[in-house]
Amino acid sequence: MKTIYMDHVATNPLHPEVLDAMMPYFREIFGNPQSIYEPGIRAKEAVENARAGTAALINAKPKEIIFTSSGAEANNFALKGIAYAGRNRGTHIIVSKIEHHSVLNPARFLEKSGFAVTYVPVDKYGTVDPDDVKKAITKETILISVIHASPEIGTIQPVEEIGRIAAERGIVFHVDAVASAGNIPVDVRALNVDLLTFAAHQFYGPKGAGALYVKEGTRIVPLIYGGIQEGGRRAGTENVPAIVGMGKAAEIARRDMQKRMDHVTPLRDRVIDGALKIDRVTLTGHPEKRLPGHASFVVEYIEGEAMLLLLAGKGIYSASGSACSSKALKASPVLISIGIPAHLAQGSVVFTLGEGTTGEDIDYFNETFPQVISRLREISPYAKGWEGAEDPTCTVKK
Amino acid sequence: MYSEKVMDHFTNPRNVGEMPDADGVGTEGNPVCGDVMKIFIKVRDDRITDVKFQTFGCGAAIAVSSMVTEMAKGMTLDEAMKITKSSLADALDGLPPQKMHCSNLGADALHKAIEDYRKKQGK
Repeated sequence: MKTIYMDHVATNPLHPEVLDAMMPYFREIFGNPQSIYEPGIRAKEAVENARAGTAALINAKPKEIIFTSSGAEANNFALKGIAYAGRNRGTHIIVSKIEHHSVLNPARFLEKSGFAVTYVPVDKYGTVDPDDVKKAITKETILISVIHASPEIGTIQPVEEIGRIAAERGIVFHVDAVASAGNIPVDVRALNVDLLTFAAHQFYGPKGAGALYVKEGTRIVPLIYGGIQEGGRRAGTENVPAIVGMGKAAEIARRDMQKRMDHVTPLRDRVIDGALKIDRVTLTGHPEKRLPGHASFVVEYIEGEAMLLLLAGKGIYSASGSACSSKALKASPVLISIGIPAHLAQGSVVFTLGEGTTGEDIDYFNETFPQVISRLREISPYAKGWEGAEDPTCTVKK
Repeated sequence: MYSEKVMDHFTNPRNVGEMPDADGVGTEGNPVCGDVMKIFIKVRDDRITDVKFQTFGCGAAIAVSSMVTEMAKGMTLDEAMKITKSSLADALDGLPPQKMHCSNLGADALHKAIEDYRKKQGK
């Protein structure tokens, strides 16, 4: 059976050039970059080359890049590291309501540790109003953290404006750019950011490789203490092959970015046009200010996990923010924060395209998606409407 | 994640549909939680002669609904009242732990349909 991968926001296959670049560092040049003999020196050189390539992707200086094991680690590092470095100046943090769990959960941890956190709301498209950020600032505020692009609804935030507000007040500004960096232009100077999280597997690099950009002169406390790796700011023997892969993937992303964007944007528009022809299907997220390969919807009267499974049965791989498809069995906080009622959030489905997506894939998708929806609506008690489904309380014990 | 039996009942659910002349109807669950099952039964001489279901929910919820209709068809009402969450899960070769409670509403919906029938008979 033909399979069509439409979950590029979950992860991506390794670019062949990236794999080639990584291969020598598993066996031939396996040295520890901290060793002073030849294999160590060569590994160290490879890490520093990768740092330069990674930095260039976001217009940073190489020494402003700290490699981590993932985007989640970099987000944790940013929040905890800045909070603990700045606690003598203040104990207030601002984040948006549509942050990734790897920002929201450290924020909740910091709340339990004596910090105050303001969760700034978003509008129906999932956009943060920079004025709301401005109003949330107190004399205690030491950190503002906002996601650049939402993996769930694709919306791109006005981070440049928020960055300007933060800079005017001398507040550290962190951006979670995991879903955006490598896919759309991200320039840390233009965006006025002090810290920025990104991850290699979002742009055809390996899993297990992330980075935190920390602007020169920004004080941050380590998350992982130990040796002197990464300038003493992130201990642990460097994951040399993965770091090399991240550097190579960053170089390719910089080289091919416009081509990739031009490839996925019209295909994405065809997915949206096709899906919106179906009765009771609505787009989630911003209609224009969204990731170029990202199409997300709410399909009424049916549930997301069932859609994913039927689509997978037809070879189409996608994602959902429904409660049933999450291990936590909770509707996505992002969908709730943009005002989607919980019963509609159950019908969430997300399609993300990549460089391998073809026009024929989209033809097949546009033919298959309506079939899957009708099939599940035939089974649903609500196919004719939401009557009798108004009870907002959850009576079933989980 | 799901057993072959769950996938079979999910992709080819048995006894789907409405029953306008049902003798008993039972609904369990809430779309806010994620799953709603509606079971319709036809009863002759204390025995379930036909069952239909409609379900809003995940793969497990649809498979459970399909399975409960298969099990209940032909049973006496007392026998059908003895169908439990765990006997349903066993019949499906197991369900993932997180799906055991919220998606496994088939027995409850069936019992409600039987209660509905009995209440109507009592009139």
